[in-house]
Amino acid sequence: MSTAESKKQAQKAPPEKISKAEPAKMTGAEIIIQALTEQGVEVIFGYPGGAVLPIYDEIFKQKKIKHILVRQEGGALHAAEGYARSTGKVGVALVTSGPGATNAVTGLTDALLDSIPVVCITGQVPTFLIGTDAFQEADTTGITRPCTKHNVLVKDQNTLAEAIHEAFHVARSGRPGPVVIDIPKDIQFAEGVYKKSRKEGYPRYTPQTQPDMDAIEAAVELMANAKRPVFYTGGGIINAGPKASALLCELARETGFPVTSTLMGLGAFPANDKQWLGMLGMHGTFEANWSMHDCDVMICIGARFDDRVTGRIDKFSPESVKIHVDIDPSSINKNVHVDVPIVADAGKALEAMLKIWRQKKYKPQTAALKKWWAQIEEWRGIKCLAYKPSKKIIKPQYALERLRAHLEKDKRDQFITTEVGQHQMWAAQFLPFNKPNRFMTSGGLGTMGYGLPAAVGVQIAHPDGLVIDVAGEASILMNIQEMSTAVQYRLPVKIFILNNQWMGMVRQWQELLHGERYSESYTDSLPDFVKLAEAYGGIGLRAETPDELDGVIAKMLKTDRVTIVDVRVDQRENCFPMIPSGKGHNEMILSPEAEKFDKKLV
Amino acid sequence: MVTAKAKKSKSVYAPGPENQTVESHTLAILVNNEPGVLARVIGLFSGRGYNIESLTVAETDHTKHLSRITIVCTGTPPVIEQIKNQLTRMVPVKSVDDLTTAGPYVDRELALVKVVATGDKRIEALRIADIFRARAVDSTLSSFIFEVTGTTQKINAFIDLMRPLGLVDASRTGVAALGRGQTAIGD
Ligand SMILES: Cc1ncc(C[n+]2csc(CCOP(=O)(O)OP(=O)(O)O)c2C)c(N)n1
Ligand SMILES: [Mg+2]
Repeated sequence: MSTAESKKQAQKAPPEKISKAEPAKMTGAEIIIQALTEQGVEVIFGYPGGAVLPIYDEIFKQKKIKHILVRQEGGALHAAEGYARSTGKVGVALVTSGPGATNAVTGLTDALLDSIPVVCITGQVPTFLIGTDAFQEADTTGITRPCTKHNVLVKDQNTLAEAIHEAFHVARSGRPGPVVIDIPKDIQFAEGVYKKSRKEGYPRYTPQTQPDMDAIEAAVELMANAKRPVFYTGGGIINAGPKASALLCELARETGFPVTSTLMGLGAFPANDKQWLGMLGMHGTFEANWSMHDCDVMICIGARFDDRVTGRIDKFSPESVKIHVDIDPSSINKNVHVDVPIVADAGKALEAMLKIWRQKKYKPQTAALKKWWAQIEEWRGIKCLAYKPSKKIIKPQYALERLRAHLEKDKRDQFITTEVGQHQMWAAQFLPFNKPNRFMTSGGLGTMGYGLPAAVGVQIAHPDGLVIDVAGEASILMNIQEMSTAVQYRLPVKIFILNNQWMGMVRQWQELLHGERYSESYTDSLPDFVKLAEAYGGIGLRAETPDELDGVIAKMLKTDRVTIVDVRVDQRENCFPMIPSGKGHNEMILSPEAEKFDKKLV
Repeated sequence: MVTAKAKKSKSVYAPGPENQTVESHTLAILVNNEPGVLARVIGLFSGRGYNIESLTVAETDHTKHLSRITIVCTGTPPVIEQIKNQLTRMVPVKSVDDLTTAGPYVDRELALVKVVATGDKRIEALRIADIFRARAVDSTLSSFIFEVTGTTQKINAFIDLMRPLGLVDASRTGVAALGRGQTAIGD
């Protein structure tokens, strides 16, 4: 039946019966499932317990929403994050009261710092037991207030549907973030009225998304006169949807300006583009950081001047005029004073910038830009990511270069997640991110254990995609239990462990900044990762020498089950370039390989 | 404090002297009166290390369930700006008015002050209360409770004067404030 036909039929149906009847009563648990369905939720990541059993009962009775049983609530939150970041939709988690909720706290904080839309439903003890230190009671709204964008304790089943609809609205609007809905068990049983999502929206939360055109005009005029401009972009562009990334490319193309990005923004601008400088910040490229330091006009879009990006604040880009587009007014002038603040959705701001640029027939300062690019090429010539190759031992960078080579030949849609540490930074430096929503990493919170559950969430959303968690051997153990989830749902996630037997990033700081006193950063006992993978029901592979790498990677890419690849890498390798904390962009430490160029130029 | 180093910096946003003076601002915040809203506002101040000097809250619109929070806070101008932005983005916050920058405003505090004294001190306490237009709302042969309203400075002065005369207890409401003229909060 065509839609027009079905509409006609619907019109013919006698509406009286439905409209005159009392609004149908439903239990709280039914209301929850109904509201989630209305919000278009297809997947919930969760873990049952006493305080959410009525909801699980409803999940059992229906087929529209798929429940993914994780192995620890922390995993549910990261999986929901991975799902959200790779789809642009809201990720949903469901956990029980008390320990279920407290286990969710890390993931909520992670989603808050990285602006990921997540709705987390937590069970709560019955309303009449709240405040009595009841079994598995925790003050969930109290605990999660500072680590959510918003949270509510619902004490009336008649307001439950609205609370859920509003939670989705808040999670996805403006600067996205996590929202907790705490629902006591008696409310899940009680009968109440279902309310549909309001068509007119939720007026009490309506963040500004359209830019102020005067500010846009001022910004574009600065851009047109810029001699040493740079785009400094961030996760806000990814959050604004794929169209924003396309607009950034258009604007970059038309202006000819160089582009760098934060960790969170990787993929918004294609890494294989000539105008791409690589990531900036603490482990950013020489060319990106020097461009930031020496630029005369900085166009920051959807990034927030985080300390890992700016380095020492009073040495940060001292001569530039700064334009800052952010959807969150509290991000503007927080760490760095900017000259042209623009509160707007990144996509809408980019669209407006392009429009003005074209309307006013602006042209870039070609001669000056040519000089600027020549300077940038000189910085590029440093080859700051160079490392000392080895025939005997696998260099972590080499492992990623080989992975990259294999990925470039693979036709599947590719998604990379990471844990936290050196491997994360190397992944950001060495892997190709050419499209938005393809790189999931814990940026703001730096949560070890993020990558595997996030990969589970990504693979659920993209069953045919190639999902790889670039991991460290220490981080992976923080949420290794999610192997079991991957096996249960037949998720062919690949876990590519750069195993240096050290908390490499900690060791690096101890070497460079703490007099080589390696306090507790070596892991004396590690599991046999191949056997571990097999014990879970997955596949285990190992590469110990450089010549084994290609074969192992090729094998990994062909497996149809969750696969751990234990890549034994150089234990002493450090991640460069590096801006030690408290230093400026012009005070990068380079690898010994690049050092000789360094002396000449700096 | 401006360090010598910061002064020398060429940075366009090095902490200049004008950005470093600590100011006191009176903010009027209109919020949905829902559970946890005050905790949310207070948590912002404690979590981000902002200073509150005074805070008052009560429902001001019963039908719409709106409460008005009046906060006197201190900070450098960028910090005050941050506080306002951080408050504004909270879901239950409807509007944030900075009365200090918005124009002239009236601010008042009420205090109850208990003075235990006899003889000359008791008479002196009454005399000062009269000057401050404080009312005695409770009295025994050896004590008074005075009710006094006024600006924070006036209340401070009153309390300072009462202290040597036998002040044993004081309770203050914190600041309530409204902008002068016809405009209302959120206009
Ligand atoms: C939950 C958590 N605890 C501690 C840290 C601090 N930390 C940052 S990196 C790191 C070491 C990570 O080691 P590994 O996963 O082996 O990665 P590598 O640096 O060796 O690549 C640690 C302990 C963190 N980021 N997260
Ligand atoms: Mg390691």
